[in-house]
Amino acid sequence: MMSIATFFCLPTHVFAATDNYAFVSATQATRFQTLTSQLRCLVCQNQTLADSEAPLAADLRHQIYIKMQAGQTDAQIVAYLVARYGNFILYRPPFVPATLFLWLGPALFLLLAGGGLLFFIRINRKV
Amino acid sequence: MLKHIRPLLPLVIFVFIAVFLWKGLRLAPAEVPSPLIGKPVPAFSLPSLFNLQQNYDQKIFNGEVSVFNVWSSTCSACAAEHDLLMDSVAHTQHIAFYGLDYRDDTEAAKAWLKHYGNPYHLVLADVSGDAAIDWGVYGTPETFIIDKHAHIRYRQIGAIDRDTWQHVLLPLIEQLQHEQ
Repeated sequence: MMSIATFFCLPTHVFAATDNYAFVSATQATRFQTLTSQLRCLVCQNQTLADSEAPLAADLRHQIYIKMQAGQTDAQIVAYLVARYGNFILYRPPFVPATLFLWLGPALFLLLAGGGLLFFIRINRKV
Repeated sequence: MLKHIRPLLPLVIFVFIAVFLWKGLRLAPAEVPSPLIGKPVPAFSLPSLFNLQQNYDQKIFNGEVSVFNVWSSTCSACAAEHDLLMDSVAHTQHIAFYGLDYRDDTEAAKAWLKHYGNPYHLVLADVSGDAAIDWGVYGTPETFIIDKHAHIRYRQIGAIDRDTWQHVLLPLIEQLQHEQ
């Protein structure tokens, strides 16, 4: 019975990275986890800051932790990182001119494919 | 009319895909563009590697065109570019050549410079790596070219080879030297 209770108390997501940060509340721990999961590790670029074991990722998590303890908002922390590493650090790219094609591309391809499909259906009817 | 277009469609689709793949070949996502280009160097206070009691700040970049090379004794690409730093960068006239020893053991770093030679006018030690974050550094080596007014003008990611030095960095340095 006890062991089952212990099992359910285990964190559902275990950090790949082995930091040991003390948070004032569970809410703040979740906030830290959510924020670091939305940021890219610049060393191993297909991993998030939360997952990466790279020394730079650990340094950046440390900076994020310090800033969170200092009462900074998520937006302030993200702005701090973007000022240094650019939008590339964001896993969710912002909607700006440089990412226009990225955001609208899929819709464009869907329109092209749909148009092509209609076109061929009409041709084949006439033949 | 449709009958004339139809045989051309595979060609059109081929060209469309080829353009995308061709562009994809030239993308270098590992080289993250720096948002700091054109901005003043970040503020810092860092000790000299050879005298940890003596600190320097961003004012060292005022007055002369500077080359700022981020390296570490644990980095093999840094050893690869070191010959070029020794025989070309260090002998360039009218520049200040600074090193930043990034996240390194200071004794190992000093031994490394003794072994390979020290091309820098001054080496700063960033043992924690915190100062490098303000420069947007995410690996070693990285090299910044800084103008006379301490604004970052260029960032090289990875080792400098002779081609890059001759055709990119040196022309830029000469251009910046002529700016007022």
